[in-house]
Amino acid sequence: MSTATPTRADRRAAARAASAADLPPRTLRPSPTAKGFGMVALVAAAVYFLAPVLWVLVAATKNNRDLTNSFGFWFAEWNLGANYDSLMGWTQGMFWRWVGNSIFYSLSAGVIGTLFAVMAGYAIAKFAFPGKKLAVGVIMAGLLLPVAILTVPLYVEFHAMGLTDTAWAVIIPSAVSPFGVFLGMVYAQASVPDELLEAARIDGAGEARIFFTIVLRLLAPAMVTIFLFIFVATWNNFLLPLMMLSSADLKPVTLGLFGMVSYFAPDKGAVMLGALLGVVPLIVLFFSLQRYWRSGLAAGAVKG
Amino acid sequence: MTATMTVTPQTTPSPSPGSTRRRNGRRRREGLTGWLFMLPFAVLFVFVFLIPIIVSVQSSMFAQVPAGDGLYGGGELEDRFVGFDNFVTAASSGAFWVGMGRVVLYAAFQIPVMIVGALALALLLDSFLVRRPGLFRMAYFLPYAIPGVIAAMIWLYLYTPEVSPFMPFLPEGTDLMAPGTMLLSMANMTTWTYTGYNMLIFLAALQAVPRELYEAARLDGATGWQIATRIKIPLVRNAALLAVLLSIIGTIQLFNEPVVMESANSWMGLDYTPMMLTYNSLMGTVSPSGTGIASAYSLLMAVIAGVLAIVYALVQRRKGDV
Repeated sequence: MSTATPTRADRRAAARAASAADLPPRTLRPSPTAKGFGMVALVAAAVYFLAPVLWVLVAATKNNRDLTNSFGFWFAEWNLGANYDSLMGWTQGMFWRWVGNSIFYSLSAGVIGTLFAVMAGYAIAKFAFPGKKLAVGVIMAGLLLPVAILTVPLYVEFHAMGLTDTAWAVIIPSAVSPFGVFLGMVYAQASVPDELLEAARIDGAGEARIFFTIVLRLLAPAMVTIFLFIFVATWNNFLLPLMMLSSADLKPVTLGLFGMVSYFAPDKGAVMLGALLGVVPLIVLFFSLQRYWRSGLAAGAVKG
Repeated sequence: MTATMTVTPQTTPSPSPGSTRRRNGRRRREGLTGWLFMLPFAVLFVFVFLIPIIVSVQSSMFAQVPAGDGLYGGGELEDRFVGFDNFVTAASSGAFWVGMGRVVLYAAFQIPVMIVGALALALLLDSFLVRRPGLFRMAYFLPYAIPGVIAAMIWLYLYTPEVSPFMPFLPEGTDLMAPGTMLLSMANMTTWTYTGYNMLIFLAALQAVPRELYEAARLDGATGWQIATRIKIPLVRNAALLAVLLSIIGTIQLFNEPVVMESANSWMGLDYTPMMLTYNSLMGTVSPSGTGIASAYSLLMAVIAGVLAIVYALVQRRKGDV
């Protein structure tokens, strides 16, 4: 990671994966027995991870009676429309508003958080400034701090400032990502050459212009990765909005669904449909940007 | 990540000889620019990490008591300075330590199962068993895309006998949400969500190793098993230790799963884990309540997490000496 740019590393990994797929060297090819046992383990694990998801897909189309009586992994009477109406009914028409809130919170926190994290990571990687060692130490300690434990004092602080039950109460805490700074720093060290910065300075470019026109472009893959981490963490956070928000029209989809399920006893098929629709945006993002996940986790793993 | 992290030393081009003033000016300007780039993050960090820590220390010194002295203690709640009383209450709270005991028990079997499982899957995917490991990798990582609360809601149904697709195949009378099985059932949820994530970390570490190393080992007569245990596992040791530490820290704050399970199993109570106890004392649904005692619980959990992090750092350092 420290010698190659993330993109180059990705390409190399991809090339290696491709060649591995075609022809592993004879010496490394597993024996038939090992291969048999290994395949059984891999497939069994895939069943364990996928079965609940498949079940949700099927359950979302069933009514309560078929959920109990029919085979769990195949369709019975098609009840999707009724489940959708039921979902809209017991969420009092708020369901899509909640999904919209989740998107808004995650996008805002992701954009703000990514920009600030990359700026900080770039500062740490490329500038000598007083207090840098301390700043790095404090940020890295923040990486290990259990964030849920901060939520109670955060609530006290935000309550005192009158910010509870506003969108800010979710967006501001979610936008602060020590892991984002760490990634930004690793990537800036690896893919922003000092010579390029010096050349731009000699040409008379200001620091802000260098950052926004040159550095950000070089760090674009890193920014996608950081954005992804912040976006997903914000979408998944439950405790923070649970403490901060009380108005129904501010709730993200996780909180809204949970609230409804714990107070009423809605049709189970409708709940599963809600669960499914509430994660579709995340799943799309996951699989379309898969390689960015891997490069982010690789940076963490190799440095760790 | 933290222990081995180094910042590359800044290489400033040597200034023209004799001009110390210009060099100082340059250094000052560089420091200023660096701080300007740090500033937006630093401000938010102070706001979201440092001030809350100060707030929690301060608010843990106060208790919320009724202002009136009447028989029923009527009137508004007011803050009264109580010194370390909240800490004494928190540290001697039976509910807190019982909850902590549950969390420790939970961590003691969930984390090893998850880490070993993730490592095994990563090793299998890294050993040329399948032509397209990408499909398996995606399948294992998919649960991570499902938010914890929603995953818990799904598993709650999967554990409910009337709805579950697999409960009919289990022995009659199996109860996956009884006092004796609840921790195991929740451990399964966490394992389902995070195994793929940890597997990706291990896989990334494994793929950073040049393949020629394995070929050389093979030529020297090493078996596949020996390559895995003698070469690959030691190579991912750092990543595994970090994953264990982060899992321990995550488990101390266990909240989403027990909250969802409690909504259908009220026997669990509002203080099943320390984080549930903290949240519910803040909300006033368990006694003692108020921001003071909730802050004290939070700090106590932070101290426990801190101790674990220090233990981890020591283990890391000892390993460095070997």
